[in-house]
Amino acid sequence: MRQSMNVKLKIFRFDPQKDEKPYYQSFEVEADPMDRILDCLNRIRWEQDPTLSFRMSCGHGVCGSDGMRMNGICGLACQKLVRDFEEEILIEPLPGFKVIKDLIVYLDPFFEKYNSVRPHLITKTPAPDQERIQPPDHQHLFEEAIRCILCGCCTASCPVNQNKETEAYVGPAALVRAFRYLFDSRDEASEERIALLDHKNGAWGCQTLWKCTEVCPKEIPVTKEIGQIKKRIYDTKHPKE
Amino acid sequence: MIFQHDIVIVGAGLAGLRAAVECADQANVAVVSKVFPTRSHSGAAQGGITAPLGNEEEDHWEWYFFDTVKGSDYLSDQDAVEIMVRDAPRAIYELEHMGVPFSRTSGGKIAQRNFGGHTRDYGKKPVKRACYAADHTGRVVLDTLYDQCLRHEVKFHSEHYVLSLIFEAGRCVGVVTYELATGELHLLQGKAVLLATGGCGRIYKTTSNGFASTGDGLNLVYQFGLPLEDMEFIQFHPTGLYPLGILVSEAARGEGGFLRNRFGERFMEKYAPTVKDLAARDVVSRAILTEIREKRGIGEKDYVHLDITHLGEEKILEKLWEIASFVRIYLGIDPAIDPIPVTPTCHYIMGGIPTDANGRVLADEKGSVVPGLYAVGECACVSVHGANRLGCNSLLDLLVFGRRSGLAMKDVISKYEHPSLYIDPLKMVKDHITKLLSHKGREKAGEIRRKMQSLMMDYGSVFRNEEGLKRGMEEIRLLKESYKDVEIRDKGKVFNFELMEAIELAHQLNLSEAILFSALHRKESRGAHFREDFSTRADWYYLKHTLVFQSSKGLEVRYKPVKITRFQPETRVY
Repeated sequence: MRQSMNVKLKIFRFDPQKDEKPYYQSFEVEADPMDRILDCLNRIRWEQDPTLSFRMSCGHGVCGSDGMRMNGICGLACQKLVRDFEEEILIEPLPGFKVIKDLIVYLDPFFEKYNSVRPHLITKTPAPDQERIQPPDHQHLFEEAIRCILCGCCTASCPVNQNKETEAYVGPAALVRAFRYLFDSRDEASEERIALLDHKNGAWGCQTLWKCTEVCPKEIPVTKEIGQIKKRIYDTKHPKE
Repeated sequence: MIFQHDIVIVGAGLAGLRAAVECADQANVAVVSKVFPTRSHSGAAQGGITAPLGNEEEDHWEWYFFDTVKGSDYLSDQDAVEIMVRDAPRAIYELEHMGVPFSRTSGGKIAQRNFGGHTRDYGKKPVKRACYAADHTGRVVLDTLYDQCLRHEVKFHSEHYVLSLIFEAGRCVGVVTYELATGELHLLQGKAVLLATGGCGRIYKTTSNGFASTGDGLNLVYQFGLPLEDMEFIQFHPTGLYPLGILVSEAARGEGGFLRNRFGERFMEKYAPTVKDLAARDVVSRAILTEIREKRGIGEKDYVHLDITHLGEEKILEKLWEIASFVRIYLGIDPAIDPIPVTPTCHYIMGGIPTDANGRVLADEKGSVVPGLYAVGECACVSVHGANRLGCNSLLDLLVFGRRSGLAMKDVISKYEHPSLYIDPLKMVKDHITKLLSHKGREKAGEIRRKMQSLMMDYGSVFRNEEGLKRGMEEIRLLKESYKDVEIRDKGKVFNFELMEAIELAHQLNLSEAILFSALHRKESRGAHFREDFSTRADWYYLKHTLVFQSSKGLEVRYKPVKITRFQPETRVY
């Protein structure tokens, strides 16, 4: 049965218009165990403090707007329920991203990296009148990768991206999209794609730490896919006799 | 700041992005969106896009044409429907060529599945017509079109909220936007302006729509005294996840799932003997609510069961992965083992800004064109959906008419220069914002919104009657009065969502009134508009489109005829 309970949230706050540095603020809201953390944040905003800022859009894990860190783990606030937590819930912006206000981070660098992998199908032969034929087992190769919603949770969680010395690493989200095109049997630019990925800030930036896979809200086997990119690069450069 | 573009597109869902891709090579195109483009609500579309490709079984555009007209309860304009259905295969192949990762048949062609209301041979039995990528079709098309826009270097003004349309000598010449990150106002001048702002499902308490679906574009046009068409037709999707209202795609039934009441009966057999669970959405939603009203809901509560357990885990994970994940996350149940609790949820608005088949906005019942202004997608009414949209027809609408709007705009921009403006549009908007922010009042926007959403469920959802609609109108007018006394407590300039939501609420209240008013004046039942006091369709009087206007004298309803080219109205049974 539904029952109301008191939920405590400790939230990262920063307003560039008045705060010199960030601080944490505690709130209490009435919530049902089945409520989303996003519902709690909205309740705070609508009933207690309208200045609390965070992004949201679809509310059910499809648009990727509300990536944030909850008790230290990146995820979507609309996909985590109150009952998933005990006691106080610590809410912070995605790590490794510059904070604009409260839980809102600056996304441009993330999308610049994304754009750097040439995220579109490249073909050289003319398109047929109808569809290009693609056997189902070819389509299945990247069917998990196309679940990606660009929420940024993987890249934010990646220790390589978090490290100042290696933050130029293109990051798991961009690599998932690179994988999606590299392993799409319709794409005809694998040489160019491999050249784009074959460097220390490309696929080789991945140190196989699995954090991305752990947090992916769409359960994409991110680390495995990056591994497959590495294998593809290696195999291309070391063709078997 | 002032930006000059050839073409300004408001909204970055499929319609806006498809239009942008069409013109990006030959024009300076800007896309404005209040959310980051890939967060647009088109991404939540799950089940597919229809086209009579015949990849799985025999199909013909004429059958599809008939189904769409019948689905619309004969209120769609058949010239527009014909354009859409005949263009469908081209639109799908084009997406495939752009890279959309469609699911495939064993022969490697685009896979197709059943969807409600889509039949073979003019209603004989269901046909596989919906092209899909598992159950995230909208999302992968959105991603593909976004990627195409990046490739064509379309200029995005992301997280810019449009506050006003700018007219000069009767021509739409741009928009004023509010940059959410800074609170700055910008003037975007365009030789053509396209509204692709989506629907307004957030007017209702139970909805599948995202938070951004507040109908801004609809009201930006309406508040200028321009009409909105067929606003009484609001689609409730039969299967919203109970109690959140999150969409559970018709694909679940397309793949073989069915509905059951508390006695375990497959009740759709009663309501739609031929196609059963694959009837049109208005029919299924009414059936579910009838079961619930007659105490056959599960545990006598307000939901029924959607049963997909017999499909088996493998098929569920391959074809319905997203749905299975929603059910698991939000209800903690496994749909391969337990049935899914569902209830109708506000999903789509068939009506909108009247346009011709090239997206040009129409100013009246005579079809006068508003120069410079275009609209497409859910915010527009061409009308291809009439009184009820068939599943999978919305994405096709966005693609076909998005492209056509793009072509039409590209054709005219060379004829125009950016005018010098006699009034300062930025100042007018700035004064409005200052007034909103400085008002000291007693009302909270959130509270008014909550009341609006409840009363629209009570009086303006699936079952309607005169008494309720009148009461709803009165209550909305009281809320509009309360709105004048709303205080915005956040005075900041950086991501002031309280301010944005207050402005959205003004749009929503106006649209709520337009919906109830249009519904009150249609004294018949047709498609998604069901009147308990007039429970049959009345073609001799109401086979016509409603146009609602707002003026200083209040609201006014006018009508325009439906274009019937091929299919005369018949009794609609599934």
